[in-house]
Amino acid sequence: MIELRNVRKAFSGREVLKGINVTFEKGKTNLIIGQSGSGKTVLLKSIIGLHEIDDGQILFDNRDFTHMRNRDRKKIRQEFGMVFQGGALFDSATVEENVMFSLNMFTDKTYEEKLDRVNFVLKRVNLVNVNHLYPSEISGGMQKRVAIARAIALNPRYLFCDEPNSGLDPKTGIVIDNLIREITEEYNITTIVNTHDMNSVTEIGDKILYLYLGEQNWVGNKDEIFSSGSEQLDNFVFATTLMRRIKSNFK
Amino acid sequence: MKLLTHFGRYYMLMAKTFAKPQKNSIYFKQTIKEIDKLGINSIGIVFIISVFMGAVITLQTRYNLENPLIPLYLVGLTARDTMILEFSSTIVGLILAGKVGSNIASEIGTMRVTEQIDALEIMGINSASYLIFPKIIAAIFINPFLNILSMFVGIAGGWVAAVSSGALSTADYLYGIHYAFIPYYIVYSMVKTVVFAFIITSVPAYHGFYVKGGALEVGKASTKGVVYSSILILLFNVIITQLMLAK
Repeated sequence: MIELRNVRKAFSGREVLKGINVTFEKGKTNLIIGQSGSGKTVLLKSIIGLHEIDDGQILFDNRDFTHMRNRDRKKIRQEFGMVFQGGALFDSATVEENVMFSLNMFTDKTYEEKLDRVNFVLKRVNLVNVNHLYPSEISGGMQKRVAIARAIALNPRYLFCDEPNSGLDPKTGIVIDNLIREITEEYNITTIVNTHDMNSVTEIGDKILYLYLGEQNWVGNKDEIFSSGSEQLDNFVFATTLMRRIKSNFK
Repeated sequence: MKLLTHFGRYYMLMAKTFAKPQKNSIYFKQTIKEIDKLGINSIGIVFIISVFMGAVITLQTRYNLENPLIPLYLVGLTARDTMILEFSSTIVGLILAGKVGSNIASEIGTMRVTEQIDALEIMGINSASYLIFPKIIAAIFINPFLNILSMFVGIAGGWVAAVSSGALSTADYLYGIHYAFIPYYIVYSMVKTVVFAFIITSVPAYHGFYVKGGALEVGKASTKGVVYSSILILLFNVIITQLMLAK
């Protein structure tokens, strides 16, 4: 469980996060949604500690991450798995080396044990016979799956995904979404997905936080989103003709 | 003010870089890789440049010695001392700042803009230490060997040029390179090489590590890394010379 208490963040006097209070639950796929510039990337980066927040608290299973010493933060970060928007795979390393990286750094397992784990997580994300390929030699969807495999290699307690579907076709996007949801439920981890993809919202949004101009505008789930009562959220969710048609059919 | 900011950030980065390594075996492997990438791959360029510079120094010195009272073996002595005192450490340092420095700044800068450094941090890894420490250690270890190689090859290049052009006899050249040899000059050259190795790796790494933006900024960081490391090499050349050679 990740708890945010009155989280505030400003850049050069401009407030980007205006007092966010939300709890992201364990075993559920939690989404942060919002338009570009709404502060969702800043919020995600604040949660994982890449940005220092100006005020408030971030708690990981009641452990205060905000006021923790760097040494202790590093320990908690070893419980993190992160899937970046562009994958952020190490481009000079093969798929196998990418996934094995955290195992090399943080475990004393033998090479065979590490290889078993690498093959297990690659199989879990439906990738086979790619161990010796470089990231530039595989497709965008496969890169995302490698990034997920790398993120879960160490059995994380918390999984963060920054726009995992960006640059992917809708079908591959759904495959990635389902994978994230399955992994979240299977390993009972706390997952936060940063997205503005409406397919993701309607498919995997167990809990959804909608940010509007840095403010927490609405919190709910994928079933409640069609009748949120928030004008800003409605404008965001039903921005496309397709979504407006779905809404009219829903009614 | 801006200079102070850069100095402060550089100091902070170096403090992070020299923090206790997280896993010695991984760092050792990385250092070996960097020795190959930064040092072994530079042997070719060091060899070629040293041969030709040794040759040019020899020929220029010979053709400027018009007074018959000046012994010809001084050509060999000049070639030897120029290579040891200045060329093999400073000029090779400047060349490596261009080759190795741009490589380091663009590699680390690209990792920054493609979020690979963020990925390392999220895993709980000290990214500065993991990426920069092996490069600095590798350069400090391998560059003295490149320096020695440059000295030998440069002096040999001078001999080949002298003999093949008929400007000087082998006996004169060999007598010159043995004449009034001061071993301390080698120590002085080695100290410079080690300091320059630190500059060549840490300054471009700093510019790459803090790059913001995209491919264009990575290119700018690479240029800055080379320019500033070159300036620092020249500055420290003067400082070390004053400290070590002034009587």
